[in-house]
Amino acid sequence: MVDASSSAHGDLVLKNLTKTFGEFIAVDDLDLVIPEGSFFALLGPSGCGKTTTLRMVAGLEEPTSGTIFIGKTEITYEKPYRRPVNTVFQNYALFPHLSIYENIAFGLRRRGVKDVNDQVQKALELVELTHLATRKPNQLSGGQQQRIALARAIVNRPALLLLDEPLGALDLKLRRAMQIELKWIQTEVGITFVHVTHDQEEAMTMADTIAVMNEGKIEQMGSPADLYDNPRTSFVANFLGQSNLIKGSIDDSSGESAVVDIFGTKIGLPVNRNHAHDSSVLVGIRPEKIRIAPVGAHMTGNILEGGVISDASYIGVSTQYQVEMPWGQELMVFEQNDDGTPPLSKGDPVVLSWSPIFTFGLAGDQDVNAGSEAHPESE
Amino acid sequence: MSTALLHTGTHEKKPVLTKKKLLPYWLLAPGLIWLIIFFLVPIYQLISTSTQTQGYGIGTYVQSYRFANFIDAITSSKAQLFRSFEYAFLATSFALIISYPLAYAVAFKSGRWKNTLLVLIVAPFFCSFLLRTVAWEQILGEQGFVIKTLRFLHIMGAQGHLTATPFAVVAGLTYNFLPFMTLPLYASLERIDIRMMEASGDLYANAFTTFRRVTVPLSMPGVVAGTLLTFIPAAGDYINAELLGNPGTKMIGNVIEARYLAIVDYPGAAALSLILMVTIMILVMAYVKRAGTEELV
Repeated sequence: MVDASSSAHGDLVLKNLTKTFGEFIAVDDLDLVIPEGSFFALLGPSGCGKTTTLRMVAGLEEPTSGTIFIGKTEITYEKPYRRPVNTVFQNYALFPHLSIYENIAFGLRRRGVKDVNDQVQKALELVELTHLATRKPNQLSGGQQQRIALARAIVNRPALLLLDEPLGALDLKLRRAMQIELKWIQTEVGITFVHVTHDQEEAMTMADTIAVMNEGKIEQMGSPADLYDNPRTSFVANFLGQSNLIKGSIDDSSGESAVVDIFGTKIGLPVNRNHAHDSSVLVGIRPEKIRIAPVGAHMTGNILEGGVISDASYIGVSTQYQVEMPWGQELMVFEQNDDGTPPLSKGDPVVLSWSPIFTFGLAGDQDVNAGSEAHPESE
Repeated sequence: MSTALLHTGTHEKKPVLTKKKLLPYWLLAPGLIWLIIFFLVPIYQLISTSTQTQGYGIGTYVQSYRFANFIDAITSSKAQLFRSFEYAFLATSFALIISYPLAYAVAFKSGRWKNTLLVLIVAPFFCSFLLRTVAWEQILGEQGFVIKTLRFLHIMGAQGHLTATPFAVVAGLTYNFLPFMTLPLYASLERIDIRMMEASGDLYANAFTTFRRVTVPLSMPGVVAGTLLTFIPAAGDYINAELLGNPGTKMIGNVIEARYLAIVDYPGAAALSLILMVTIMILVMAYVKRAGTEELV
């Protein structure tokens, strides 16, 4: 029943992978290499093609074109039960008629493994639920079911473990705890994890590498820090955290730091962080990187003058300001409440500044709001 | 602890039956009255009649607590009683074999034809049970295409016939109760989360193993409901044996009918009816207990 392909191992390689449903292109000519042993996240809003990609890897969806390899073995059209791939389904899909023990043993029994009992016990120990072996799935809490779904998949030691929004059904506190636990388990077992999520925080907490997907394509791929600090598109800049994007034009890019004119003010942008094709540029800066001070204070770096606070909300660790600039745009500023000075209030004229090294530049023709509406509604 | 303390507070409060508290009883009343008149009273009469003996004149009986009526009834109709359960069992089995693939196809493979197919399954109910059985008489009869085809293919000789055979009775029973099998099966198959099958495939089970280990166990509530809905009425049926059978295929329903209407032996008919009811109840209880589908229902 199980042939050579199920012992395949190595990197997961997707080449020109495309999936269309009628007119709709769910996954558009995707090229992706996921290194063996990594914790990889496919991050994007709903409908971006991440789940379809996952289902094609699992064999639950047949690609319209393109290939899927694990190492040197092609699995593009292989039956799901012949792939060295296991899935943790979104709502766990535990078998309600089988005990927890039999749920975990299911894959082992199908493969004719000898020491089923040993392996099931080890899997139960890994997720710390040994005492629930004889229960039925509907007698377990959501968090427990989640762990059992994980144990049921991991016990088979697949080359690849796919997780489809695995924490989506859990409440916030449990989700945080499971994020840490999943990461720990991945390190422990060393299996490649491919994690699909729309939750940027979840992806950033766990994954070594994140691919941000939008409309069937990968917008950008890299480490969480890389994506956050140096986004290449406005979609990534807005989908991962929040960004201030200001229209400007590059006056001089001869040095290491380009000089950008934004509404009459010159600021510095490191050339290696500029992704614009020509002189038209969207200057990006994260809200927490900006310093805010009353007019007249001594400031260094990139300085923007003439701002007026239009809204200030104190949220404990920080104060979040909306500052209206002379050209009509509102900029976000998150100021840590760490210097003992009372927060500024609405109507105060202010000066903004930030260190030029945090500036990033995007192509000027990009949509300033891309990705911000697609943001998952806070649950 | 003093008992007086425990009683304080509860003693003064007499339960007052307010309008609100009575409401549930009012709502239950029509059903209860119906049940009493058309179920409890007849059952009581049936039990009472079963131990009576012939009085003076045909159709008059006196209560004499003659429990030997039951023994007489069993000894005289043993063959028909066993035949009823045998035919009902066969019809239920055939109905299950025919219905499962049908219900499976409607639930998972029918796509936009789903509703049309469901209507077609229910369609026979628009025609009376009796008429449908008479129609079967025609289909299987001498002039029907079934006989002609079989003779043409030399599967059946010139003397062969299909009506007035056990085959016809079982076929009629199977046909008549088929929707009762298909609908619960469909309902329970349709409820299965498609991800269960996906998960099974993901865990190295091929299509057949998935069917055997996941689909069938999860559809057990439908199997239990369907077999009960088929077996119980089939065991008590007499129309099919009457119209499609011969004297050698008489079922217990035919005997009861004859005793009530032809022989006018009410105590014997009542005793047989009770025996049939109790036997079915015992069989059903044993079956449901063995099937053990409580958690899935």
